[in-house]
Amino acid sequence: MTDSTMTTRQKVEASMRRRRAAETRFRLYGMASVLFGLLCLVVLFGDIFSKGTSAFSQTVLTTTIEIDGDYLDITPDSSESDIMSANYDGLIKRHFKNDVQPKGRSEARSLFSLISSGAGWQIQSQVLEDPSIIGKTVTVDLLVDDDVDQWFKHEYGNDSGSVRLSEKQLEWITGWIDSDALKTQFNTTFFVNGDSREPELAGIRGAITGTLLTLLVTFLLSFPIGVAAAIYLEEFAPKNRLTEIVEININNLAAVPSITFGLLGLAIFINIFGVSRSTPLVGGLVLTLMTLPTIIISGRAAIKAVPPSIREAALGLGASKMQTVFHHVLPLAMPGMLTGTIIGMAQALGETAPLLMIGMIAFVVDVPGFINDPSTVLPVQIFLWSDSPERAFTERTSGAIMVLLGFLIIMNTAAVMLRRRLERRW
Amino acid sequence: MSIIENHETVGSPLSEGAKLRARDVCVFYGEKQAIYNVSLDIRQNEVIALIGPSGCGKSTFLRCLNRMNDTIDICNVTGEILLDGDNIYDPRVDVVPLRATVGMVFQKPNPFPKSIYDNIAYGPRIHGLASSRVELDEIVEKSLQRAGLWNEVKDRLHAPGTGLSGGQQQRLCIARTIAVDPEVILMDEPCSALDPIATAKIEELIDELRENYTIAIVTHSMQQAARVSQRTAYFHLGQLIEVNATDKVFTTPEHQLTEAYITGRFG
Repeated sequence: MTDSTMTTRQKVEASMRRRRAAETRFRLYGMASVLFGLLCLVVLFGDIFSKGTSAFSQTVLTTTIEIDGDYLDITPDSSESDIMSANYDGLIKRHFKNDVQPKGRSEARSLFSLISSGAGWQIQSQVLEDPSIIGKTVTVDLLVDDDVDQWFKHEYGNDSGSVRLSEKQLEWITGWIDSDALKTQFNTTFFVNGDSREPELAGIRGAITGTLLTLLVTFLLSFPIGVAAAIYLEEFAPKNRLTEIVEININNLAAVPSITFGLLGLAIFINIFGVSRSTPLVGGLVLTLMTLPTIIISGRAAIKAVPPSIREAALGLGASKMQTVFHHVLPLAMPGMLTGTIIGMAQALGETAPLLMIGMIAFVVDVPGFINDPSTVLPVQIFLWSDSPERAFTERTSGAIMVLLGFLIIMNTAAVMLRRRLERRW
Repeated sequence: MSIIENHETVGSPLSEGAKLRARDVCVFYGEKQAIYNVSLDIRQNEVIALIGPSGCGKSTFLRCLNRMNDTIDICNVTGEILLDGDNIYDPRVDVVPLRATVGMVFQKPNPFPKSIYDNIAYGPRIHGLASSRVELDEIVEKSLQRAGLWNEVKDRLHAPGTGLSGGQQQRLCIARTIAVDPEVILMDEPCSALDPIATAKIEELIDELRENYTIAIVTHSMQQAARVSQRTAYFHLGQLIEVNATDKVFTTPEHQLTEAYITGRFG
């Protein structure tokens, strides 16, 4: 059957098969892309979660210890500074020496290394809280060293030895396990402490507080400035060469690598204006520079999307330019502007590079109290920990990533809900 | 084209004691001239219909009358438009009170995405026309009654204005315009987006409004022009060709272009 003998209908029929195949193929490509994306997400989340969940539990050693007032040289009536400066480390060492009876100094040292160096502070804070326990015998859950923690959480029961722990140390630990003294509990330290060199004492509270303060500064600066700039450029600015150049450069700014903003912040905010480095204030200033283009561009798009008929209606009634903008255009554009702002803030939340340049990579133990206290932020904390050799830091890295992801999800959900509510009003 | 070069408007464009007087109005969009030396008087309490084929400049001319063209950057207006003897294009004139005096109803119903009540109350609020809540309620009710919408919406004043039908929305827009108590109302094809029944209601309304307001209406429907207006102005390619009493324009037009248009030879 040649073409000339076919009717139009037959030709259409013949081409249908090809078209249907093309459509099916295209649908399959689409599904494959979505599946690939989902797979990547599952692998990523699976990896992080499998590594990170153990960061939320911590091994402790339950032991009964006498708070010996004579040894510590304090009484329940001692002053706070005396109680604070007493030798609790020595007390713990003496306790375990009597308890386990190590032979010789080197064995004693390897015994003490099983207990966290933070154990002394644990006793100290308990005594500070309730000085009446001085002289009494109390049961405490002492933090163990990260090597013990990792072995107990991951290798105990596998019958494998440990690279980090000696035969003798394992013997002591097994003894504790047999007497049910060793157990894991929820790792509150991870959420209430700042950073530390010791993984079992390291926490993300400092980083979270730093992040919140930094984002607060970023939001307080970038939202009003961004919205004002968007309104001015879209509604009031004359359309001339100058505004065109401004517009092009705002778009350029959005594409500038973020580390460049860090250099700018270092040169201008720190070196010229003398803002103290490593603080949420300077971090927020730098992130403001980075977020502004996003907010301005999305804000302008949102303003542009407001139908001109609404503007005409208001102007036709005798509303002034400003009344038109603030009574009608802005409320309608607000959902779009908020979306842009949240996207910008989410970017800022995950930003690391520019903050490295302004010193937020510093090792900060204290939780910042205000925007001019030295601090770090979550992504930088993750970066710092991922660089540490200890295995316990590896799991804490993943744990911190989970917290960061949690924040992102909360922010995005809030954005979506906020937008829905605002949109329903109109 | 040759017929209308250096054209003088035929009929009676000028009249004594008019509310609005346009003198030698030219409008340019950038380089392009949209309106050529239009002089036209609009009388108190009359409905004047502006008709003509698409792109003839009738809407542009209408928008000059309350300076809505100011919103277009490249638009430039020369000549004079006098409202009660004062040139509205004088640099000292503020467009805000002008637009409160010369209100406008647009082609597509454009209620604010707010409640019916707030739509009407917006104008009085920004101009400070009501000193109390009660007074504002009165203005809203009176405006809706004048626009013939009160009975339909009195039970749902706080429902969104965008939820009304097209015809109701347009009457809402008219009510919104009269709520600020203008002296002149400009209507730019107010019925082009409406069905015949809604159109009939609006036309009836325009006829009633004539008692209190001066109305200029742009329309594409010659029947509408014939039904609602007392005088008709015919525009062609930016020129004002003929202005006469509506009866005369539709029965014995003076100019051959007017005749060609109303008999349907083009347009």
